[in-house]
Amino acid sequence: MKRPKPRGPVSAELIELLTGEPGTEMAAQSELLGLVSETARLADDILTDDDLQLALFCLYELHYGGLEGVDDAWEWEPGLIAVRRLLEEPFEQALRSAALVAAGHPADGKNAAAAGKPDSDAVADMLFALAAQDSGPSLSRYVAKKATVEQLAEFLIQKSVYQLKEADPHTWAIPRLAGRPKAALVEIQADEYGGGRPHRMHSALFARTMHGLGLNTSYGSYVDAVPAVALASVNMMSLFGLNRRLRGAITGHLAIYEMTSSRPNHLYAMGFRRHGFGADVTEYFDEHVEADAVHEQIAGRDLAGGLAEAEPQLLDDILFGATAALAIDARLTAHIIEAWEDGRSSLRTSLTAAA
Amino acid sequence: MDHETKQPGDPSSVVLCPDGPILIRGDFEIVTPSGDPVPRHRNTVALCRCGASAIKPYCDGSHKLIKFRTGIPSTVDEDS
Repeated sequence: MKRPKPRGPVSAELIELLTGEPGTEMAAQSELLGLVSETARLADDILTDDDLQLALFCLYELHYGGLEGVDDAWEWEPGLIAVRRLLEEPFEQALRSAALVAAGHPADGKNAAAAGKPDSDAVADMLFALAAQDSGPSLSRYVAKKATVEQLAEFLIQKSVYQLKEADPHTWAIPRLAGRPKAALVEIQADEYGGGRPHRMHSALFARTMHGLGLNTSYGSYVDAVPAVALASVNMMSLFGLNRRLRGAITGHLAIYEMTSSRPNHLYAMGFRRHGFGADVTEYFDEHVEADAVHEQIAGRDLAGGLAEAEPQLLDDILFGATAALAIDARLTAHIIEAWEDGRSSLRTSLTAAA
Repeated sequence: MDHETKQPGDPSSVVLCPDGPILIRGDFEIVTPSGDPVPRHRNTVALCRCGASAIKPYCDGSHKLIKFRTGIPSTVDEDS
């Protein structure tokens, strides 16, 4: 993707450093480390901190498709891994606090754990119950009933930071799992990636939806336009996916994502049909109504439940991943709906400037 | 039928999801009473069991909204 525009001193120094050669400028690397340490300590709320979320986003992007004009070898530069870990620590803490608040009580599986080995059906029940509790303002109802065409485009832009690489962060977990949860994850991901048909990949379907609204479909083209919390939602998946110790969290994240998807996607499709958009635009949403009704069963019982049976100590993190996903999604939704109800754009920059 | 990746000879499995759909994997065909194939886009499908789906025969998650209960305590796998 294109290199994003800096949002503060940390992202500015990082992006500047990345345009150079890896393995050089050790002084600049340690200066960045000092700056990150200081900035992260002083940040009010890392979840909505534009500068720090963008820096983390750029660091993670080195492990995905990379940044234009940035040497691939930066991916494993020890100095940058150190910076990433400095950012990840307070980020993970903030996610754990947000998950605690969202759950209303410590999101743990004490009852199931106390009863002995957690059973996969019980884990699926816990996750379905969490998904059913989700009761914030609804973006899908707003899109179905009220959103203007401009707001539909904004909605796609907000989602595009993830959906144009849909499924990738969860794929990191495949080699960290074994047996039943691994088979379950591969089955879901194969479907996400189109079952061998590139044009059926969910990211490709999403690109066609964006194209139908005249938007740029190359990955990351709207990163500069989205707020920090939208970046935080993708960074959360990368954090969970790229750290093996958080394999419970990434499976919980996927399970809750699938469990809160069929119905909203039905409503999103309604919103686009209401404005006369055709099947090329709504196919992405229609596909998710059907696919995620399959995926939620596999993700709840075989993936998350199977993992909890194999590694019972991961149950707390499975629930943490699920609850954090709901909490961050609720913050992004609140950000978007507040802006729209005030008659403002939910983006940082206007659509024309971003395109 | 938009379905090219099934493996002939795979034993099919039918999973009765508690309070949810029927999940079918393996080598099988879904047809209408007159034998016409029902469009299918994926290997593993979830068939509606609560009657509320808007995309029957497939599940769309509506069972959760109507609080459908199967009363079957555990998941059953069976080879066909």
